[in-house]
Order: sequence, then structure tokens, then C-alpha cells
Amino acid sequence: MSRLAKGGLIDRARSLAFTFDGRSYGGHAGDTLASALLANDVRLVGRSFKYHRPRGIVSAGAEEPNALVELRAGARREPNTRATVAELFDGLDAQSQNRWPSLDLDLLSVNQLLSPFLGAGFYYKTFMWPAAFWEKVYEPIIRRAAGLGRMAEAADPDHYEKASTFCDVLVIGAGPAGLMAALAAGRAGARVILADEDFLTGGRLNAETREIDGKPAAEWAARVTAELASLPNVRLMTRTTVFGVYDSGTYGALERVADHLPVPPPFQPRQRLWRIHARRAVLAAGATERPVVFGGNDRPGVMLAGAVRTYVNRFAVAPGRRVAVFATNDDAWRGALDIKAAGIEVAAIIDVRRAVAASLVQQAKAEGIRTLLDGRVTATHGKLLTAIDIVADGRPERIAVDTLAVSGGWSPNVHLTCHHGGKPAWNGAIAAFVPGTVPPLLAVAGAASGAFTLGSALTDGAAQGAEAAEALGFPVPLPDVPAVAEESVAIAPFWHVADSRGPAFVDLQNDVTAKDISIAHKEGFRSVEHLKRYTTLGMATDQGRTSNVTGLAIMASLTGASIPETGTTIFRPPYTPVSLGALGGHHRGKDFRAVRLTPTHEWAKARGAVFIETGAWLRAQYFPRPGETDWLESVNREVKAVRASVGLIDVSTFGKIDLQGPDVGTLLDRVYINTFSTLAIGKARYGVMLREDGLVMDDGTTARLAPEHYVMTTTTANAAKVYQHLEFCLQVLWPDLDVAIASVSEQWAQIALAGPRARDVLARVVDAGVDVSHEGLPFMGAMEGSVLGGVKARLFRLSFSGELGFEIAVPARHGAELAQALMNAGETFGITPYGIEALGVMRIEKGHVSGNELSGQTTARDLGFGRMASTKKDYIGRVMAGRPGLVDPQRPAFVGFKPVDPSQRLRAGAHFLKIGAAASLENDEGYMTSVAHSPHLGHWIGLGLLQRGPERIGERVRAYDPVRGGDIEVEICAPGFIDPEGERLRG
Amino acid sequence: MRIPCPYCGERDAHEFSYLGDATPARPDPAAPDAQDRFFDYVYLRDNPAGAHQEWWYHAYGCRQWVQVERNTLTHAVAGARLARDARDAAGDAAGNVPGDAS
Repeated sequence: MSRLAKGGLIDRARSLAFTFDGRSYGGHAGDTLASALLANDVRLVGRSFKYHRPRGIVSAGAEEPNALVELRAGARREPNTRATVAELFDGLDAQSQNRWPSLDLDLLSVNQLLSPFLGAGFYYKTFMWPAAFWEKVYEPIIRRAAGLGRMAEAADPDHYEKASTFCDVLVIGAGPAGLMAALAAGRAGARVILADEDFLTGGRLNAETREIDGKPAAEWAARVTAELASLPNVRLMTRTTVFGVYDSGTYGALERVADHLPVPPPFQPRQRLWRIHARRAVLAAGATERPVVFGGNDRPGVMLAGAVRTYVNRFAVAPGRRVAVFATNDDAWRGALDIKAAGIEVAAIIDVRRAVAASLVQQAKAEGIRTLLDGRVTATHGKLLTAIDIVADGRPERIAVDTLAVSGGWSPNVHLTCHHGGKPAWNGAIAAFVPGTVPPLLAVAGAASGAFTLGSALTDGAAQGAEAAEALGFPVPLPDVPAVAEESVAIAPFWHVADSRGPAFVDLQNDVTAKDISIAHKEGFRSVEHLKRYTTLGMATDQGRTSNVTGLAIMASLTGASIPETGTTIFRPPYTPVSLGALGGHHRGKDFRAVRLTPTHEWAKARGAVFIETGAWLRAQYFPRPGETDWLESVNREVKAVRASVGLIDVSTFGKIDLQGPDVGTLLDRVYINTFSTLAIGKARYGVMLREDGLVMDDGTTARLAPEHYVMTTTTANAAKVYQHLEFCLQVLWPDLDVAIASVSEQWAQIALAGPRARDVLARVVDAGVDVSHEGLPFMGAMEGSVLGGVKARLFRLSFSGELGFEIAVPARHGAELAQALMNAGETFGITPYGIEALGVMRIEKGHVSGNELSGQTTARDLGFGRMASTKKDYIGRVMAGRPGLVDPQRPAFVGFKPVDPSQRLRAGAHFLKIGAAASLENDEGYMTSVAHSPHLGHWIGLGLLQRGPERIGERVRAYDPVRGGDIEVEICAPGFIDPEGERLRG
Repeated sequence: MRIPCPYCGERDAHEFSYLGDATPARPDPAAPDAQDRFFDYVYLRDNPAGAHQEWWYHAYGCRQWVQVERNTLTHAVAGARLARDARDAAGDAAGNVPGDAS
């Protein structure tokens, strides 16, 4: 065990058991998986992406490139999780990945021998030919060899949630700067959200042994956190990563509600995706340490110096027994002192600089640590690190160590500042990129802005928090900034030990070496964007947190340009990976989108209806009876019943728009091709409306109930579109028209009653005095009345089926009651409920157009409505419908079809060809839009669009359907297969 | 993105549906070159990099058409007004009355 005897922010009283690759280990509450593994001396945790090299834990945070593991098992298995941020819980089951058969013996490490072929650009060079090999041979091999973890093989059993919230000031990061910013804004009374990806606030304060106001810094962080938690206007969101900055002060954040628990508590989601709307934001995201590149720098045991310090101080874990520090900067020296203070042997500090502040050197020497200036690490040894070779002041030496703590300096976490396209700027004094142009209303504080000392982080955080609050009208005196000792942050820019031995890795996650960068340089891929794509540097899931700057610094040294001249890539959201589950939220499976139910849904369900989705609606497709085995059998029965006697169907899904005002007639004349201003009160009319480009938008009937009151129906699919169109007409095109409209689709249940017995049934449900006789309610009549003893109703005599038909509208809450009353009233006539399949069959038999014909590509003329269009007025689409291409007589036009051999089935989508013509695009004459089996005629019938169709009645054409192997002869006929004179519906 | 609806206040862009450029006015359908003018009105749009006047419909709100000035480079919204007010302010007879051959 490598757990230190004392210290750390872990709860030693709470022990947690976990497994890694099937072996059992123990940890404590407050551990991450990484700290617990190190505490158990597990130092080999993964194999690298390309070469399958053994890898250990490198970091202690979100930047981890190596320690990617699978967490949990079964349906909850989650690949590619960074062990350094996975909070330990009792029973955690973790697996290493990308190794076979085991982590210790990985046969694919043979890839290392192939490394000459797998270098930069190998994709483009090695697997070029033969082309057929790519899909069958190369890709499967590459996919198996280079891969990360395995996905779960079953649906995720957990829930994910989405939520929105608002605040005045969003503070991102709860380190010293973030805590001060939140304190300043919170005390001012602003609504503050303080978010941090960690489960503990304090940031680096928990990882270092600093003092604030004479007390341990972690204690100060806990005290400030407690004060913030006590403020009602401050919301603390730990385990929450702000991953993106979007427009107008909108931020995306992921809250890991239950990732630290074996399973989410009842009624709790696993994760919650937040959309945070903030009037101001302070980015206090801190900084990430970067390594120095040298040969053998990927050996398990080589870690970032700040990470070693974190494991020692925060988790009370000794990552090794004998540590050397390889540094370019002062901060790493303080790390070495912390490590030594914890009782771990520090063999040496090797610093690339010739001169280091005397005070640091003295402190190190006082602790008995060797200090080797002007030093380099030139090689490493052991499967797990056992020794390093160094050169210091020109003298080579081998030092036995099991841990090498490396620091190449710190890079501010500028990621979120780039999300609006801002480019980071180079700051030579700290040898790092700092925020350039930042998103509007976002300020950067502390280490994220390049202010690396603790004192400056506290001062800067307080100032930015107060400024954000004050700008929003919450004036407040700056909070007292607590006293801290000033530390030195000197650094020498140093990136790469060029004369070191062994592969020197720049990007550990994608296995990109310094040599790959020189290959890219030699082959001309020198700009940062080319470098990135050619070598895949920085393109792994860690987005190059520990590698980007080093990689481009090495390229800069090769080209001789400076780092700012070489440039940098920018970061895109998300800051860290966001699971698809969280992005989907509740919108999955049946809940992918909202479902609308008709007023008679439960009633239909009780009658055994089979439902089908039509847009957002769930509608009764047909009502099978016991003994019926085939849907067509049920549909044929329903159609025959309607044509022979009477049936009913819920048509509430049609869009219903109420229009009132003196100018309604004028409006309707301008949106329909035909005239409505002259429509008599108490009458309905079928209308067709166009888009301004001259193509048909929608159709439906509109009735006039009073001089200034019309009711429009639209197709189900276009209800919202037509409503929006009418509002556009009224608000944008013709605001002078005095018309008010309202969507009443949800308010009215509407039931169509059809068949020769329809009137007999209707007469039994209307109240006394409501005359539904032929005289009282003639064809295309509309009236208001009441049914069921006082339920107000609108009665229309309309027909879609071709039979005598009525539509009865009642307030939606009475819909099911009306359906049942009609069933009772029609019992003696054998009334039959029918679904939309039967409705479709009857409209095809009757030759009405529907969605398949209103395809957005057809004109009124194409559909046979040419003569309906008024020539006495303008209407939307009129001018454009007159374009030569839209009045071309060669355009396919609407006609009916029947198979020459009545036993043959028609298929919608079949294309028409002249008999004997080759099946080519040039010979294409149109296509079949709708087909149905007509129980009335006893064979299949179809509707379609055919060149000069109406002139070719009686002619035969080929209906060619290569997709389904159909090729039959059909006869062209008029698009009305039943009662073409319309005697039934006028009866 | 957030849109300051003049009627409802600042709302998320998800509540709105987008139509496009708000500057073209419906041409006079009685003009001798009406078809050419309508062709431009229906199909031709500028694609400015910068300030853009555009129509947004507050579908999940007040159902008002709102004219929004949005910067196409930054998505910064400079202002918004109801369509009716925008027309009044423009003082034009953009919404041509069909059949009015004047």
C-alpha cells in the first residue's frame, strides 16, 4: 500500500471496495479511481492507442491522456472514462481497455515493431491499394488494433435530464479565483452560479500546501464554500462541467448527478444537461500543466509534477517511493518540497535552467535534495520506471527512481474563451498562451488568464466578480483579499530533449512522437492546422490538453519561427466529452418526440384499434375484429360497411383555424386560388392555397358561419404551417386587414360520419330543432347547433369518402362521448368505426388528392384544379404559377390508373413509361402517387401524375418499379373510380 | 441564441422559427414585369456578412412575426420589433394590395 499515514482530504473512516480488471482493491471516500489505484500500487493502467505501449497515470485531472478505463459492467458499461476524474464508489467495477489478452501481456504490442510504418500520415501512405482491401482487410484490422473501450451492448437503463436556468453571474471554476469571484458577486446580492467539474471546491488549493490568512488553504476554501452555500442567491454546482459558451450568454453544462454512485437514486437522473443563461460570466478555469518531451517519457511512473503533488497532498498517496523531479520552472520545486515533506524520498531535482532562485535551491538543499541545474533527462528504464539517465552540467548519470515528476510549465485553460472564435495570444513571460479575444460578457480571472500566483488569483477573482456584479447594478465594496505569501513563478521555455533516446511522445493519447512532428515538417505539413491533421496531434478525446503547445513549440523550433508566428489551434465545445445520453435527455425511444392523442383515443383503444403515427399524432389505423388476420381484411370490411351503410372516423387531427373580422373574406381570397368572399353564410367550400412560388401548399374546406366569421380546416400535416402563413399575411404582408385568427385544432373534436345511413344516425344525436334534412343541411352546408342534449356543435355536410357525409365538431372534452353516442344511434345500421387506412382507400376510390399528391412539387394545374383558380383577383402564388415551366402542358398531371390484368397489384412510386420504351430517365413520364385495393371494384387502383395524363384516358402505359421488381401494364382512367357524378354525396 | 421578443421579452431562439431576409417586399402583382419581380422576391437573397434584418416567428410564444436585426458573423442581436411596427416605421406600402394596379 502507498497510502500515507496522515493527511489528505479523504475520509479514512469510510472504506470503499472496488475492482480493477477483476482484482479487488480498497480505497476511501474522497478518492478518485486513479488515486485509489496508485494507493494500491497499480501503476500500469492502460495500453496506448496505436502501439499498445504500457501506460500509467500521468495527471490528476481532466487532462489525463493515458488512464482511460471502462467503468461499470453490462448495460451501464462506459468506455474511455478518465480514471483521474472518476470518483470512487463502493463496488466500482473498472476495466482497462485496448489490450488483449491482458493488460500485462498485450499481444498487440507487436505494433511497436511496426512503428516505422505507423508514423505520421500512415493512413495516407500505407493502406492505399488495392482499393478493395480497404473495407475488407485494412479497416477491420485497424479498428481492432487501434481502439479504445467497448460500448455497452444493451440500452442504457438510466435516465438523463435537460434543464435550463438563469443567473446574473456564472462563475466557472471554484479554485481560489472562482471562490473569490463568487464571494464578491454573491455578497453583492447578484444571483450567482458557481460551477466546478470536481466534487470538491478549492481547485489547486487542495493539491498544494499553501496558507491563506495563516491557515491551510484547503480550510479557507471550505470556509468560503460554506459561506457561499449559506447565501440564498448563490447556487453551488459541483460535479458540473461548463463545457461550452454559446450565443447571447448561454452556457452548456453537464452535471454528473449520479456518476459517483453505483446506480442513480430513485427518480434521479444519471446526468443532467444544463442550459445556463448568464448575464455575465467569470471564467476561473485554472491552468493545466504540460510535460517536457524526452525519450521514454511515456513509461509508467513518469507523471506530471503537479499531479504527483496532488496525489500526495489531496489524496495522501505516494505515487512512488523514490522520486526525481524534472523541471523548467519554480513551481515544480515547491512540488518537490511538498513530496519530500510527505516523507517520500526525492532523489534529485533536475532543472533545465542554469540558474534558479537561490531561496529555492537553499530550501531544497536544506531538505537534503540534490539539485542538478542545466540538466536533461535523456532516457528512462524499466517496464515500470526503474531508473532515468540524465545529463547535468555536461555530466551523464543514471539515477534509480520509480517516479519521475515532470513539469514543463502551465498552460491557462483558455478553452472556453475560444468558443466564439477567439484566438489565444502568446505570453512570453509565462511561456504560455493566454486568452485573446474572449466571448462577450465573459471575463477571465486567475490562472486561466495567466495570473499564476495565488495572491494574484485571489485579487483578480475578487475584482472580476465584483465588476460583473456592479455592471449589473449590484454595487459592492470589494471583499478583503486574504493575505498570502508571494511565490515565484519563473520559467524557462523548454519543450524537447532533442538528444534523448527512445520514442519521445508529444501526444500520449494518440501516440504522436516528436519524430512524427519532424516527418510532418519534412513533408511540408508545417502550419498548425496541417500538423494537427497529418499527425493527429491533439485530436484525441483529451483535445491535446497536455500536448498542443509542446507540439507546436517543437514545430516552431524546426521551422525556426517563433511560437506566436507558428500560431495555435483553437478549441471547440465541448470542453470535456459529453455523453450522447445527456444530449438526448428524455428524448429517446418512444419519448423521442411528443405524441398527440385524438379526443377519441381511449375510446378507440377500448375497441381494439391498431394505431399508427401520422406526424406527431397517433391515429386509429384500422379496427380489427376477432378472426381477422390481415389488415387488408379489416380495411376492406370497413370500406364496404361505409359504402353499404354507415361508418365513423375521428378527423380531429385536421388543422382548424377560426377567422373573424370584417376583412376575413378579403384575406381568404388572397390566400386561396378560388374565391371565398362570396361564400354564402352557412356554406362551406373546398379551397386550394399556393405558396408564393406557385406550388400547392395545402387544401381543405372553409366554412362561413356568420358574415364576419369563417372556420378553416387544413390538412393534418400542414396545420401549423398554414397558421404561420396566415399570420405572416396578416402581420407582414397586409397589416391593414382587420382580421383576428386563432388555432382551435385542440379545442374541437371532429367526427366524420359517412355512408348512405349517415343522416339517419346524425338525426338521432342532434337536439330537437336541429334540422339535418337535405333541405336543412344541403351538400356543402355548415351550421351551428347542439347535440347530445345541449352540447354545442358545428355541423358540416362534407364528404371525403364520396358517400353522403357529415362532420360533427364538439368541444374536445365531448369527443369520445359523441363517438359513443353515434355508435349507439347507428347500432341498428351496423355502424362501423373505421381508421385512416379505410379513409385512404375511399379517397383514392373517389379520386381526391391528399398528402402524396400535395408533395410541394405540384401545381394546382397538375392536380386538376386549374379551372378552380380565379382570374378575377390576385392571390399568393398566382404570378409565379404562371411561369412557363409551371404551365408547360408536358408537366405530369393527375389521373387514375388500373391494372390491365386485374389480379396485379399496383405500387406507389412506380414510374410510367410508354409501352416498349426503355427504362431511362429520358423516357420517364411520371409516377404513381397513391394506390389502394378497392373492395368496391375488387382490384387495385392507383392515382398518379402522368405527362398529358388527362388527354390519354384509355391509353396503356408501363408502371415500372425496379426497386421492388414490378413491371406491369396499367390503363389510364379518370381519377374517380366510384360515383363519378357525385350522386351519393348529394343524396 | 436569445431573441428579445417585443411582446414576451427575451426568449430562447428555440421558441422561434426562422424565415429569412426581412427586406424584400411583395411586389405589385399588376406590374407589367410582375413575374420578374416576383422571381426576385421569392428566390433572390443577399447573404451579408454582418448586420441582417430577418423575420422570426414566435411560434412557441405570442405567435407574432418579429423583425430581428442579427449579425450573421457573431449572432449578436441588435434589436427586434413586431412586424406591424416595422412596417409602420418603414413607412412604405410594401404589402401590396393584390389587384390594386396603382
